[in-house]
Amino acid sequence: MTTVEKPAYSVIGTRPVRPDGVEKVTGKAQYGADIRLSGMIFGRVLRSPHAHARILSIDTSAAEAHPGILAVLTYRDLPAAEDKMEELGESNINVKEASDNVLASDKVLYRGHAIAAVAAASPHVAEEALAKIKVEYEILPAVLDVRDAMREDAPLLNERRFTKSMGGVMSEKPSNIAAHNQFKGGDIDAAFADADVVIEREFTTSMVHQGYIEPQVSTASWNADGTLTIWTSTQGAFAVRGLVAEILRHPVSSIRVVPMEIGGGFGGKLPIYLDPVAALLSKKSGRPVKVSMSRTDVFEATGPTSGTHIRLKMAAKGDRITGVQAVLSYEAGAYPGSAVGAGAMCMLAPYNVENFQLDTYDVVVNRPKTAAYRAPGAPAAAFATESVVDEIARQLKIDPLEFRRKNASRQDTRNVMGVAFPRIGNEETLDAAINSPHYRAPIEGPNRGRGVASGFWFNGGMQSSVVAAVNTDGTINLVEGSTDIGGTRASLAMQLAETLGVAYETIRPVVVDTDSIGHNDVTGGSRTTFASGMAVFEAGMDIRRQMITRAAKLWSCTEDEVVYEDGGLRCLKDSTKELTFKELAAQSARTGGPIVGKASLIARGAGGAFATHIVDVEVDPDTGKVTILRYTAVQDVGTAIHPAYVEGQIQGGVVQGIGWALNEEYFYDESGRMVNSSFLDYRMPTALDVPNIDTIIVEVPNPGHPYGVRGVGEVPIVPPLAAIANAVADATGHRFTALPMSPRKVLEALDGLE
Amino acid sequence: MPRTQVQTRLNGVDVDFLCEPRQSLLEVLRDELGLTGAKEGCNNGNCGACSVIVNGRVVNSCCVLGVEVAGARVETIEGLAHGDKLHPLQQAFLDEAALQCGICTPGFIMASRALLEREPEPDEHRVRYWLAGNLCRCTGYDKIVKAVLGAAAELRDAPKQEVK
Repeated sequence: MTTVEKPAYSVIGTRPVRPDGVEKVTGKAQYGADIRLSGMIFGRVLRSPHAHARILSIDTSAAEAHPGILAVLTYRDLPAAEDKMEELGESNINVKEASDNVLASDKVLYRGHAIAAVAAASPHVAEEALAKIKVEYEILPAVLDVRDAMREDAPLLNERRFTKSMGGVMSEKPSNIAAHNQFKGGDIDAAFADADVVIEREFTTSMVHQGYIEPQVSTASWNADGTLTIWTSTQGAFAVRGLVAEILRHPVSSIRVVPMEIGGGFGGKLPIYLDPVAALLSKKSGRPVKVSMSRTDVFEATGPTSGTHIRLKMAAKGDRITGVQAVLSYEAGAYPGSAVGAGAMCMLAPYNVENFQLDTYDVVVNRPKTAAYRAPGAPAAAFATESVVDEIARQLKIDPLEFRRKNASRQDTRNVMGVAFPRIGNEETLDAAINSPHYRAPIEGPNRGRGVASGFWFNGGMQSSVVAAVNTDGTINLVEGSTDIGGTRASLAMQLAETLGVAYETIRPVVVDTDSIGHNDVTGGSRTTFASGMAVFEAGMDIRRQMITRAAKLWSCTEDEVVYEDGGLRCLKDSTKELTFKELAAQSARTGGPIVGKASLIARGAGGAFATHIVDVEVDPDTGKVTILRYTAVQDVGTAIHPAYVEGQIQGGVVQGIGWALNEEYFYDESGRMVNSSFLDYRMPTALDVPNIDTIIVEVPNPGHPYGVRGVGEVPIVPPLAAIANAVADATGHRFTALPMSPRKVLEALDGLE
Repeated sequence: MPRTQVQTRLNGVDVDFLCEPRQSLLEVLRDELGLTGAKEGCNNGNCGACSVIVNGRVVNSCCVLGVEVAGARVETIEGLAHGDKLHPLQQAFLDEAALQCGICTPGFIMASRALLEREPEPDEHRVRYWLAGNLCRCTGYDKIVKAVLGAAAELRDAPKQEVK
């Protein structure tokens, strides 16, 4: 572990057992599908078999007459939505599009698009009834690939969609290109004219899925008075509440969303799909209704991340990168909103490049609407940048990490938005990689190679609320509203323990529903340990202030004369006067009533995360299989609150990146049918496919957080795509610019068949 | 659909239940018997989140019919701990931080238990091979493998903890 100016902490940096751990290893934890309510029935959703079609009619009469069917739903049951953008907390949504993605009205835009839903006492009976719904379609030509969709003569998903460019300028003709933006700085023409080396390449990546193991599931109970409770698997209960309120035109205060334990999300459980369906089935049937997706539904109908096409041209002079020009085109899926902008904003962040022009295109295609996936937009963009950086370093005969070091961004370097970086740990991360045991060990043997790559993710801030109630026995109940996907109950309780100087075990964190705490934004953007952690710190300081006031009263001194330290209070003017946290907590009823610390805030000062990865591979020339021999991920996390979960986030992100690089892809036939919509055919890495992932945690504290936290979860998926491609290039002499590097593609390339 | 009566031994206790012949063991456990520790991730035997042990063999309970466990011994995650004493595998998963979201954890623990019953001293490769039928998307497997190897060592040192 590399540590820069790190204060001495007593709880932060330790590895305690997580508070929700025992329930999760004993099978008691209640995930989305585990709830069972009195009188509950089951809902199932009918989905489009076509990738692109006009809906001519929907006849549900036979389904309604099916024995045991208690409710049937189509888009006609949804309130009519206006085709306009609405502000919703941190994001803007087009309510018509959001509504159409819940239940299609005029058109289906991808195979798996929801059309109707039924509810019955048995899920099997519900499935029988689905088969009796008759839908008449006018099948339309589908467009599946981002480049095909951009062509002038491409079939249009929406005849009323025009390209929105900078400054809100709209195109004259309708188009599948929803938006075009540009980031520009310096003088790229001069940079290319003056360069020693110019390399231009085209890259493609396939649509891939987050692959969380728990399918989407939602249970709703609608009462006669209009109050509605939704138990769901989500990264943000408040976001679900807001979206459901918007789509159903229902008052926010009448909706209570209970976040169940979540079986993985990675960004894919930010949007909503089933919640309004479950709510309306419940309204119609008068019963609580649970609606769940099959694994095929999850693949076909929930947001994966974009397939991409990127053209990138880079210039270097001496040992400096002098200019970059890139055009990024991302599949948005059926409705606009890919993460292409974030990709452009991240792709040059590890470097100090003054001359650049990055054009981004957000393009609709007949695939499911994309959703966030871990550092959304950044991995594909980094695949392009880091592949070309590697090629230039080789051409210049400079070690690829030394080359990155020479060009590294640092504090005050301006990013492509023109904003200067605060204190960042990019150089420290590169130094740790250069000095790592892995990088210093030689790589030997035939068909073997080593690759490196760097990556960046912003990390998020946004809104958090927490309440910490001190009990009279000195324990604390910490009430929070951030979904805990990977250990944030622990990381938040640890920060409160550190703030108060008390034992971690005395704090019991609980994630509550939307009626029970102030607003919390989603668990996403690597923000929870940072932003909710900041709220926890403020709530802890609130408790300390209240305790100081009470001690001053007890001791008949001024508050200035009371010091809170090491989990206790003492009087500066009388050394006999001391109270531990526990002793004062016991006196709360006699000193002014319950002690409750609170904080609600917008966390500013998020600190960006940089990562550099090193990977050794072996390529089997007979089968085309790429084996990961050794992998080391180096990352600046600011401060590692719970190092074991920091390592786990890094390892998990790396393995998702390995899957993206080598195997995973949405495979469509010509009609737009996904042909690999199962875990057997959509091949995610198993335990046997990967080695142990070594991690090197770098700690350059974020000055914008009381404990220096940056955020961990996302940046580890950014470098693996390019790192592995660079390693395969080193091993084979062939540079792959299209992902995944599946055995077939590798073999074809090695055989010169590409 | 008419329901069939089935008698089985579940976590050491004789149980009878009624189920439709089309219901999987996973459905029976979750919907008829209220044991939701086994999870549905794919419902076709690819992810292992529903792993339980039937007559000493780890199975995907989504691929076994409820009526098939008549007369069998079925072990699920709910039966692994003794009172408030966790099984060494459960404790090792906690100590090694071998879970993040935790949805795959019951399946991994049951599959690992079946391995360690047969092979008390597996090496890392053997553990990875055995667990290749269980998907985890959060951890990258590193800490899971370490937890299983650690629990194996613990069980070898204190075999009496395993009596059941």
